[in-house]
Amino acid sequence: MTETDRYAKLKEIIRIYLPEDVAVTEISASSHFINELNINSANLVDIVLDVEDAFDITLENEDMDQMQTVQDALDIIDGKLKE
Amino acid sequence: MNKRVVITGLGICAPNGVGLEAFTHSLQNGISGIRFQPKLKQLQFSCQVAGEPLIKDNLLQHYFSPLQLRGLNASGLVYGVIAGTDAWNDAGLPIAPKDRPDWDSGIIFGTGILGADKFRESIYAIDEGNVRRLGSTSVMQVMASGISAYLGGILGTGNQVTTNSSACTTGTEGILMAYERIRSGKAKRMLTGSCSDSGPYIWAGFDSMRILPRNYNGNPSKASRPLSASAAGFVPGSGAGALVLESLESARERGANIYAEVLGGAVNSGGQRGEGSMTAPNSESVVRCIRKATEDAGIHVSEIDTINGHLTATRKDPIEIRNWSEALQDTGTDFPFVNSFKGLFGHGLAAAGSMECVASVLQIGKGQVFGNVNCEDLHPEIEEIVHRSKIPLKTILHQPKILAKASFGFGDVNACVIFSQFND
Repeated sequence: MTETDRYAKLKEIIRIYLPEDVAVTEISASSHFINELNINSANLVDIVLDVEDAFDITLENEDMDQMQTVQDALDIIDGKLKE
Repeated sequence: MNKRVVITGLGICAPNGVGLEAFTHSLQNGISGIRFQPKLKQLQFSCQVAGEPLIKDNLLQHYFSPLQLRGLNASGLVYGVIAGTDAWNDAGLPIAPKDRPDWDSGIIFGTGILGADKFRESIYAIDEGNVRRLGSTSVMQVMASGISAYLGGILGTGNQVTTNSSACTTGTEGILMAYERIRSGKAKRMLTGSCSDSGPYIWAGFDSMRILPRNYNGNPSKASRPLSASAAGFVPGSGAGALVLESLESARERGANIYAEVLGGAVNSGGQRGEGSMTAPNSESVVRCIRKATEDAGIHVSEIDTINGHLTATRKDPIEIRNWSEALQDTGTDFPFVNSFKGLFGHGLAAAGSMECVASVLQIGKGQVFGNVNCEDLHPEIEEIVHRSKIPLKTILHQPKILAKASFGFGDVNACVIFSQFND
């Protein structure tokens, strides 16, 4: 899976958690989940679960704490897939 | 100075009709919502019939966002959101703007237990050491106040938002709580109602108590027999009913359609003393509750012309009729018209009071008394008190002017509300 594939897959996961007034086109690698995409902080745990299912990986509590932006998520996914 | 309180919106998600039109049609024509439940047979229940609303899959997207639908596994919550949202729309009320709640509107929406299926799903995950896999929504789907919390978020209400719980009295009690809040001027509008989950985990305890009918698994529509000599126990049900209560001033300002007026009511408990117990009402407290309700409503007991009873189809039905007769000092042909809707959709438990109040208010709106089913063999002790003509077996034209509705619940708790035709 290329980096582009992983990014596309992640965006697809994030899409459903966006509030009505945020379009999927507004997602960029640097987007902050809570401050910029206005995602409810409670839903971050759901994004983590969806990422685990989609990429067949397991994230640790520390990974979740570090996952502030879309790029953070991509880096964590890359790291796990290489393990 | 007390405010007058009127009903301006109704919503229903019942076993014999989802939406007012289907529900009204079923009540007018005696169409049952009680069906054979294969899963109850598979689990070796003695009673394998129950009332469960039939929800089409594509209906849910009108009420829930795609995100809310993910992992949604709480049937009572679904019924409550459908009924509550419908009642709000029926009243012609807007959804609060994104940046500011509607401070004058609140919600009192009750339940007994919410999200039992979600809780079961969570328990399996927890016991497998997978607590981190529960996700973010297990809490709000299983907390009792999940139903008022979901509705509060959808509608944007900024007044009191809460959930009451008093077993099978819940829905009727909630109406009186909402009524009092508007009457005292603390809110202009209250969405009130109640919901109850469906499924084996809700109904099992009652099956185990052996208070459900066991001989109608092949004949579901005949299973629930309120007022009948052959009543064999209550049929478990589920669903939700919702009403918008509003101050008369507010309704007039908006030019809202008014279904009926809430004149007053009462709640009490028999204290599980005397003949009262955890599961049986104390008759003295039932009579007191009905009389206090009429006093609160400022009417004489003789003015009540229609009753919707609790009447669950157990051996207690004759006792309930005797209590009504004693409270109202009426017998024979002087007795008000009386019916029980449980013959058509079973006993909705925490949802019973609200679903039956919606049906009662529809009777006032339509100028009809909906027919009783399955009591052709009227219980002889009831016939000694009430003339048969007062227990219609088919829907009749009769404009209820003042209707009393009572609900009784485990814990020996009672509620009685008095509705009237609206007169300007």
